[in-house]
Amino acid sequence: MNVSAPAGPPSAAIRGRLRPGRLRSGRRQALLGWIYATPTAAFVVALFVVPLLLVVRMSLSRWPLLGGDQGLNAPENFSKAVEHRFFTDSVVFTLKYTVITTVLLLLLGLGMALLVQESSRWNNLLRASFLVPSALGLASASLLFYVLYSPYASPLAPVVERLGITFLGSPNAALFSTVFLIVWRYAGFYMVLMLVGLQSIPADVFEAARSDGATRWQTFRSVTLPLLRPTLALTTVLCVTGSLLAFEQFYILTKGGPDNSTITVVQLIYMIAFQGQNDLGVAAALSVIVLAALVLINALQLRAFRSEEN
Amino acid sequence: MTVDSSRTRAAVAGPPRPPGRVPTRPGPRGLTIAGVAYRTPYWVFTGAVAVVFLFPLVWTAVASVSPQAGTNQASGWGFGNYTTLADYQAGVWRYLANSAFVSLLTVALTLLISLLGGYAFARFRFPGRNILFLLTLAILMVPYATLLIPLYVLLNQVGLQNSLVGVALVLTMFQLPFSTFLMRISFEAVPRELDEAAKVDGCSSLSALCRVLVPAVKPGLITVGLFAFLAAWNDFMAPLILINDSERMTLPLAVANLRGQVQGVVDYGATEAGVVVLALPCVVLFLLLQRHYVRGFMSGALKG
Repeated sequence: MNVSAPAGPPSAAIRGRLRPGRLRSGRRQALLGWIYATPTAAFVVALFVVPLLLVVRMSLSRWPLLGGDQGLNAPENFSKAVEHRFFTDSVVFTLKYTVITTVLLLLLGLGMALLVQESSRWNNLLRASFLVPSALGLASASLLFYVLYSPYASPLAPVVERLGITFLGSPNAALFSTVFLIVWRYAGFYMVLMLVGLQSIPADVFEAARSDGATRWQTFRSVTLPLLRPTLALTTVLCVTGSLLAFEQFYILTKGGPDNSTITVVQLIYMIAFQGQNDLGVAAALSVIVLAALVLINALQLRAFRSEEN
Repeated sequence: MTVDSSRTRAAVAGPPRPPGRVPTRPGPRGLTIAGVAYRTPYWVFTGAVAVVFLFPLVWTAVASVSPQAGTNQASGWGFGNYTTLADYQAGVWRYLANSAFVSLLTVALTLLISLLGGYAFARFRFPGRNILFLLTLAILMVPYATLLIPLYVLLNQVGLQNSLVGVALVLTMFQLPFSTFLMRISFEAVPRELDEAAKVDGCSSLSALCRVLVPAVKPGLITVGLFAFLAAWNDFMAPLILINDSERMTLPLAVANLRGQVQGVVDYGATEAGVVVLALPCVVLFLLLQRHYVRGFMSGALKG
């Protein structure tokens, strides 16, 4: 991207030859660049920028699912969204789920990365088996665990029955069963990200710590963790964003139950838009709120990680 | 890449560093009795963790062909559950074809657009280049649902409601941040001398791209294509919102709907069969292209 002088006589010759028409070649370059970038630009504008503007307009208009635009009704959609009977519950539940998932996934991802970071045939096998679930779609994984958790088809059914618990029967059981599904599906993914981070730490830092007589725990706490900060920042942002927007796992596995205790914010958007209420205006308002919250939360996280650095 | 760098480091640094669960003492591991005794707990523990990860997959595959009351495979082993799946509504072939169509169209569009876009961003200076690139990456920041609701309205207006082409267009857009980014860094890793030499030989920028650069960025293209396929094949929310005709459902949607069909009684056997059909291409592709798969994550990690 930076036109750092390519060494060697051939390119020097080219540059010499092109010098007279430099301005023209610059304009030609720009034209060619735009031609190659046109498909990207078309997709980004038509399927990203325009919908983003439209969702803002929808959030300010009365917009039933089948009726289309019925004119402006400025803050009403937003107040309806915030006053929805599931709004507070879904926000609290989504935050709770996000905290639990993020803590578990990051700890397990880091632990598994430390476990398999040495390269050997056995560890390559381990890495592959940790990573296989992440090739599955979230919907497929949720369906898989839907069967695995069912009281009829599950291989764990006899055990569970004797202990008198159910996987999806009570609000807490449903939450933790879903968290287990998510850990199963994503732990390998976070392990790989952590491995990349661990490998970017230069080896001589550890050598130095060792020759200073640091114990393993000391090395981990005061060498590995601080040098892993960029990776930890990235994984935290990814994990928080993904968990805040959870949908499939709850839509398929718990269907929001039992007693509407596992409704996430995105699920609420879907319910308002397409299930029963059929109000795209209110759903758009809620989407705009979620977008704003997400941008704010990510900005705060990045800032926290950056200020820690100083 | 992961493997290489860790191997060289291990060779340089000798015994492993942070909280190691591996013996500190270098030597012919596994050969001496003490070495085996030291490593056995490690093998047992890690092996058990691996089993936790593999068990659900293996169990589903086995259970889908095993006898189970309340399914089409009530006694004996066989493919009764797959027959149920095949006969469900429009038939599994229909849904497989729909999913394959959406996935292949998404892969083709993603490859074409990110190849051209990556080339433009890496090799040309044009006004608006940085804004367009940042705008493409910004897609990552916006929740899925926030975009799908207006897209539902927009696609209705242009006559792409309830259309698999519409779904593929939307999925392609969601793939663009990752694929454009990856293709840009792939092109930037190729020395400029290569395409300049081609241009000296009289190639236009397009034929330089096709003849010289495409082979050079092939690994990037494989990674982009693999991720686009996995995302499109598995996507649930876009077809859920954009498709409402049961003839045009994709496979994940069909299998999810299959559950509540028979008077509220869930056919777990058919669901297992559906999960197997859904997971099989993903697992096979993963095993074949593992290196490209991991590389995709790595470039994602470098971005942060």
